[in-house]
Amino acid sequence: MATKFDEIMARRGEIMHRALGMDYAQFERSPIAFDYEAMMADHGYSLKDIKQIQTKAGVGNTPLLELRNLTDLARSISDPGKGARIFVKDEAANLAGAFKDRRASVSIHVAKEKGYEGVIAATSGNYGAAVSSQAARYGLKCIICQETFDSRHVGQPEIVEKSRICEAYGAEVIQMTVGPELFFHMVELLDITGYFAASLYSSFGVSGIETLGLEIADEMRALTGAPPTACVITHAGGGNTTGTARGLKRAGATETQIVSASVDLSGLHMASDHDFNRKSFTTGHTGFGVPFATWPDRADVPRNAARALRYIDRYLTVTQGEVFYITEAMCKMEGLERGPAGNTAMTAAVSLARELPREATIVVQETEYTGAGKHHWAQLNFAREMGVQVRRGDPAENKPGEVIVVPERLEQIQAKDFDLGRMRKSYVRNAVKAAPADYEPTDADIEFLAADTNTDADTVARLVREVKEA
Amino acid sequence: MTDATRCKAGDWVEIERILLEPADRSKNLPPDTAAQPLKMWLKGFAQGEAAIGEEVTVETMTGRMVAGALSAINPGYFHTFGKPAPELVTVGKDLRERLAAYHASEKGGA
Repeated sequence: MATKFDEIMARRGEIMHRALGMDYAQFERSPIAFDYEAMMADHGYSLKDIKQIQTKAGVGNTPLLELRNLTDLARSISDPGKGARIFVKDEAANLAGAFKDRRASVSIHVAKEKGYEGVIAATSGNYGAAVSSQAARYGLKCIICQETFDSRHVGQPEIVEKSRICEAYGAEVIQMTVGPELFFHMVELLDITGYFAASLYSSFGVSGIETLGLEIADEMRALTGAPPTACVITHAGGGNTTGTARGLKRAGATETQIVSASVDLSGLHMASDHDFNRKSFTTGHTGFGVPFATWPDRADVPRNAARALRYIDRYLTVTQGEVFYITEAMCKMEGLERGPAGNTAMTAAVSLARELPREATIVVQETEYTGAGKHHWAQLNFAREMGVQVRRGDPAENKPGEVIVVPERLEQIQAKDFDLGRMRKSYVRNAVKAAPADYEPTDADIEFLAADTNTDADTVARLVREVKEA
Repeated sequence: MTDATRCKAGDWVEIERILLEPADRSKNLPPDTAAQPLKMWLKGFAQGEAAIGEEVTVETMTGRMVAGALSAINPGYFHTFGKPAPELVTVGKDLRERLAAYHASEKGGA
């Protein structure tokens, strides 16, 4: 017998079609390929239009700060001639405290223009605050679905704070226990209310981030005479990487290296009731970063606008303890109390700075607001209460869910390269698997996959052969 | 005044509901999660009197009427910063000393 879950999920396509106000079928080209750029352009807004929408919404034009003390500290542990200049885009200065405001501002503008009465988003992160804040400004009703508690009703302090801020902005917050059926309830609510689905993964949201890349390119040109050598981006679902990289490219910063960074949470199951409260990062981690990059179309939209593998040049991972150390260092050395999850990229940047020459520049493209619960001290206290060991030592001894190792010295901070080749192959495997078993990829499919993995036709053709033979 | 265990109509309250019993949940769950029901909590204005644990309907901020078991009356937020982490309290001091030493060596070398 079909369960309530199955019934709603079976009608998901029809419900989402109405709730997104966009027909995704028009972009499909084959069982594998779709026209990504046509989908991204379908809303008809130019980058200038989006800038205007955001300026009115209190979003964007955040300060770009040079972190001279952190740069000098990185230089103090670098080989002679090494130690790139580190900059940060202080995205916490956005209206609701994070770059997510850029995403929400466009989505909510679209919802208002299309005449929806309200908006719904499923998010336990800063995006909830962003959607709630923008909905308040546009006079739209707002429902936020959050995964907040384990089965004992113990809340993740970082998420409990997100519940509070969403309610402060007047949203109806549905706090749930652990499980991917968060999306089932969101779809059910979209069906009941007829509201707009403010998906993190729509072209509206991801286009909203492009202004961040544009600002970085322009502001770095003004400050240093050139776009940054590298832009380091905290990576989870892939929107941050995709939008920022697209914005940089549209601003002509085609040489800037796109470096994504996630906290290593390997070994923890993202849908496990037990593991839920044994992680100190609820976003910016490999538990989202890897699955979303290797199969973006797992999202709540038919085709995900966030396609990180198209843009990533390098993927670095850091540990929870390293990010907490850098978060504390940012407070004490730069007067910036931010994060902690948003400081994942900053941690990778400190490690990356040691590899690059002094003349090179690195922009860390976001910070996020901090507060009670959502703070490195709160997270460490909570980890300890959940039985996770917290100690100082070598971060190499870190074990997600069991031990958080806070570095004893700055030089112990060492980001690790994640194998992009493996991720690309995994993506191709998923794309081939999603098509009918007897479907043979055409030249156009190969071309699409090459663009979607930032490789070439020969590499993809080889990967398709390997995947089909396996 | 609202008593801590009973709400009256118009009070800002929280209700609790089971959204999916274990048998109705997604088949794609790790065993520890699959064994639990999917529960939710929601706040709104009580539409009548109830004691904690009793069924009550609330009007939410979006104007929806939702019924569930009364779980809290005027619920607050008690998450904190907590104590400074002993593993982090010396980071600032260590780094300031290191930076001063680096600047001194740079000057000496110039």
